[in-house]
Amino acid sequence: MIGLLKRDLTLAIRAGGGFGLSLAFFLIFTTLVPFGVGPQTAILSDIAPGILWLGALLACLLSLDRIFQLDWEDGTLDLIATSPVPLEGLAAMKALAHWITTGLPLVLVSPVLGLLLNLPGPGYLWLMASLVLGTPALSAIGAFGAALTVGVKRGGLLLSLLVLPLYVPTLIFGALTVARGATGQDALTPLILVGGITLGSLAILPFAAASALRVNLR
Amino acid sequence: MNLRVTDLACARGPAQILAGVSFAVAPGQALILRGPNGAGKTTLLRTLAGLTPPLAGTIEADPDAIAYAAHADGLKSQLTVMENLLFWAGVFGTRDPAPAIAAFHLTPLLDRRAGEMSAGQKRRLSLARLLVTGRPVWCLDEPTVSLDAENVARFAAAVTTHLAAGGSAVIATHIDLGLPDATTLDITPFVAKRIRTDDPFAERMG
Amino acid sequence: MASFWEYANPRKFMATSAFLLPWTAGIAGLCLVTGLVWGFFFTPDDFRQGSTVKIIYVHVPSAIMAVNAWLMMLVASLIWVIRRHHVSALAAKAAAPVGMVFTVIALATGALWGQPMWGTWWEWDPRLTSFLILFLFYLGYMALWEAIDNPDSAADLTAVLCLVGSVFAIISRYALVFWNQGLHQGATLSLDREQNIANVFWYPLVITLAGFGFLFLALVLYRTQTEIRARRLKALIAQERMA
Repeated sequence: MIGLLKRDLTLAIRAGGGFGLSLAFFLIFTTLVPFGVGPQTAILSDIAPGILWLGALLACLLSLDRIFQLDWEDGTLDLIATSPVPLEGLAAMKALAHWITTGLPLVLVSPVLGLLLNLPGPGYLWLMASLVLGTPALSAIGAFGAALTVGVKRGGLLLSLLVLPLYVPTLIFGALTVARGATGQDALTPLILVGGITLGSLAILPFAAASALRVNLR
Repeated sequence: MNLRVTDLACARGPAQILAGVSFAVAPGQALILRGPNGAGKTTLLRTLAGLTPPLAGTIEADPDAIAYAAHADGLKSQLTVMENLLFWAGVFGTRDPAPAIAAFHLTPLLDRRAGEMSAGQKRRLSLARLLVTGRPVWCLDEPTVSLDAENVARFAAAVTTHLAAGGSAVIATHIDLGLPDATTLDITPFVAKRIRTDDPFAERMG
Repeated sequence: MASFWEYANPRKFMATSAFLLPWTAGIAGLCLVTGLVWGFFFTPDDFRQGSTVKIIYVHVPSAIMAVNAWLMMLVASLIWVIRRHHVSALAAKAAAPVGMVFTVIALATGALWGQPMWGTWWEWDPRLTSFLILFLFYLGYMALWEAIDNPDSAADLTAVLCLVGSVFAIISRYALVFWNQGLHQGATLSLDREQNIANVFWYPLVITLAGFGFLFLALVLYRTQTEIRARRLKALIAQERMA
């Protein structure tokens, strides 16, 4: 199982675009917001928590369709399914690899983008904390969606349609944590709820993803 | 007995493909599957490998005994030959890839990335994976595609060694590998192309 | 008495539903006409909301059926996953567009009601928002059915989506309450109904609710019949091709 993770990380580095692409998307998305909303710093700092969370969420979404698609196309998925590694373990490792290549870099650059949007001082810690706790849920939900649509040609759009409604609670609690933290209100409750969603997703969704993979392989 | 199949019926999607397939493969024995294109060799092998559930009948084999090799090579083009082999060695529990490298003469290619190799070289690597799995029953789907004569001989030698060590193999192929103890099974008599028997919407007409 | 599961046989289901369909459709029509005419023309105007309150006779039943349709899909998906009854999977497939239309009706009538009452067509209130999200769930569910060729695989995958989606729908519901406390009045129908709504409004509402329920039943029966016929046709074509 560790071998799967190592392989996926190596592939992400060698294939290029693994780490960089979603980061670049996050940056561009955040840069475009003031062009649409206007440069008033008061407005920007009001909407910064939501925009940052939304940007991270969409950046995660970008690379979801690659989670199982490449292994499906070159036949690796068939071979792994007949190997001693359980598909549940594969789904969990794929989600983890997606988080390391996408979620974690987003967490690390988010404070810089917070500066661009004039996020108030106390918000930065809450931003990073909520993203660290919340992005694993985005990866786990995404891996489930990717498993559902792995047999669909050009399934990217369908994948977004399936996954985005499932992202709603994570987004609500994540953005609320930052918004409350930035204005000095109680941010711990939504943060704990973000953590709860992540733990629940990690516990249940690898099993759902594995059953979807089995259906798609047969 | 490494693998015994009794009265097996296989399906692909909504269609039943084969019915009444029975055979047994003893240790040291190879079974060559023959049949025209589209007869259902791939479906049979996928059913044996446990990817597709059988419609009827039984497959008696240790679930961890079967190593499956499909049409697709299952290689990662960004990884080198060595990395590909080590990955599969890790997946199947650590085994020394050296015999696999020697058997398919991969030593000069070890640091090449799979994406830079020819189709035949990729096939050799994908067959070498079988040795790394350490599993006794090989289920192989057209293993010699894009191999030249020299490498077909290497492959036949690898299978012979595998059989001599008590392994067995089920191979769908059209060429003669010259294996010592091989039985040939023509699957044409088992072909039963019709709508699958468990489809409740297929009603007998008139 | 024959086992309930006999109706999972397509032939048996076709026979039974052919018998039930005219009755359910008839009762639906009768209840809808009675309830709506009574509600629209023979109830007094609300002292606060005026005659706009009468949209309640469409809004509330469709909202209730929108949620119940998803619940029915959840139960049907579970039956498919556990007992592999094909008709159950097709019934879930058949219910999705009906539930989606009820959701759209609830949203549209809500907007029409909200405009004079709250002065806005749309408000990001938890109840309104959760119906919008429910609509998205219906869309995703139907899109997944359409995208997958093998009907049994599609049934399996949509069932998994329905189960996981239900869990997330419930979490979303509570997340939305946490997110915004909301403008929407409390539930219209509840056990302590006397507090919310007077009898004159309540009787026609119950009748329209029954009407919407039977309408849902009739539409699902009808659409399931269509799905079964489509599957039979598919099987026939496949048989032709393989013969």
